Amino acid sequence: MADVDEAAIGRIFRDNSGRSVAALIRVFGDIDVAEDAVQEAFAVALSKWPRDGLPPNPGGWITTTARKRAIDRLRRASRERELLGQVASSSTMNDEPDSVEESGPVHDDRLRLIFTCCHPALSREAQVALTLRLLGGLSTEEVARSFLVAEPTMAQRVVRAKHKIKAARIPYRVPADHELPGRLRAVLSVVYLIYNAGLNSPSERGLCAEAIRLGRLLATLMPDEPEVAGLLALVLLTEARRASRIAADGSLVVLGEQDRSRWDRALIDEGQRIVRWCLRRNQPGPYQLQAAINAVHADAATIEDTDWPQIVALYDQLLQVAPTPVVALNRAVAIGEVSGPAAALALVDELDLSNYFPFHATRADLLRRLGRTREASAAYARAAALAPTDAERDFLRHGGRGHRS
Amino acid sequence: MTRYMLSVHSVADDAREPMTAEEMQHSWQDIQKLEAEMQATGAWVFSGRLHEPETATVVRVAQGEILTTDGPFVEAREHLGGFYIINAEDLDAALALAAKVTRVIRTPIEVRPFADFADEPKR
Repeated sequence: MADVDEAAIGRIFRDNSGRSVAALIRVFGDIDVAEDAVQEAFAVALSKWPRDGLPPNPGGWITTTARKRAIDRLRRASRERELLGQVASSSTMNDEPDSVEESGPVHDDRLRLIFTCCHPALSREAQVALTLRLLGGLSTEEVARSFLVAEPTMAQRVVRAKHKIKAARIPYRVPADHELPGRLRAVLSVVYLIYNAGLNSPSERGLCAEAIRLGRLLATLMPDEPEVAGLLALVLLTEARRASRIAADGSLVVLGEQDRSRWDRALIDEGQRIVRWCLRRNQPGPYQLQAAINAVHADAATIEDTDWPQIVALYDQLLQVAPTPVVALNRAVAIGEVSGPAAALALVDELDLSNYFPFHATRADLLRRLGRTREASAAYARAAALAPTDAERDFLRHGGRGHRS
Repeated sequence: MTRYMLSVHSVADDAREPMTAEEMQHSWQDIQKLEAEMQATGAWVFSGRLHEPETATVVRVAQGEILTTDGPFVEAREHLGGFYIINAEDLDAALALAAKVTRVIRTPIEVRPFADFADEPKR
């Protein structure tokens, strides 16, 4: 039998806690009760598993043990009658007392939970923190560190959000069809935000893995939503290139100079397969189109082989569904590859993005290619001053060139 | 059931075009319809529209004495113009009602739960 040490138990809990917490919230109608119970089950596992070995179904064991612990605790508590009464009335659909584990994709508790965590009545920061903590099994300390926030600040954010869910009675359910598109957008942007937080902070790459896990979960639970598939494809295709994005010395490597042999072919294949499925569905949306753009890049053996006209066409579509200046900027870069830097610069100069460092980096690159060296240096300096990470700053200070990755 | 207050926040010297008499008539009819609907579904508990903040008076205790002063408690461009008190199954149901009201009156609405009501026994 493999060693069942504390680290192994921690990993098992982290992989399963989202499912257990979600199931127990449904049963007990209370996030804190659910979290405490899973924490207690963890303590039990720490003393039992190294001695007795792993139970046959660790995930099921966690949920069952946590549920028993929660009931014991509620029995002891003074509010016993009232809460147990609620349990009885909330689990009428569930006659079998041990069938806490729910099956069937539509009614997965984790899906309910992610829609609660990402309810529009909560701030975006709270949505991210709750999602990572309740579904990802991250501790408040880990969430705080990932977002460069002091732990007490993050703890307070989580406490306030949980209080609001309870006091304002934010529902624990998957939204009805007519609400779904808007509510799903919030969920997808939380997952994408978590991914990008990991991408932009190399010490927190666990966030990328967490976002991919959430993306896969959503794709399994909502197999008919093209934008869910699009988001998963987008993060997989971005992830495939992540290792080649940062050089050994920590500096940023632009797309054109990345060692394409280091791209992860398995992730690319998976992402491209999903993109093809999306194309067949023909209900394009922002995530699917961004994924498709990344799929085209992944197809090219070298930067010169890139099918830029195809990328421009995809950006044209993306600009229609997501008419933001950032999309317009990226479209201009692609146009620069098809029609030359002068055409791109004309488009870039129309955009109002003076506080966005890639805007200055793009201008700098186009000016350099047009031989307007002095203006290019000024634009690089401006970009470096605005860049959020060291890798990006270094890259820009050295007069970075090529395309943004 | 949870009880919520939907407070209607008006903005002083709102730059918007004032409603025409006809629009006001329409808006009033829509509000009547909406309130009838809320009463029919049992959501409506109480509602009211307030006079402008200049009509407010503040009473407080200062050095053991009751002090009465003119004017709203907080001088602000935004003020409470009216409110609904409703019962709703959950926040989504309350937000859906608030959405209907704000569509008609075109003024932002704040939705807040009452404390303790959720702890009362269910009927």
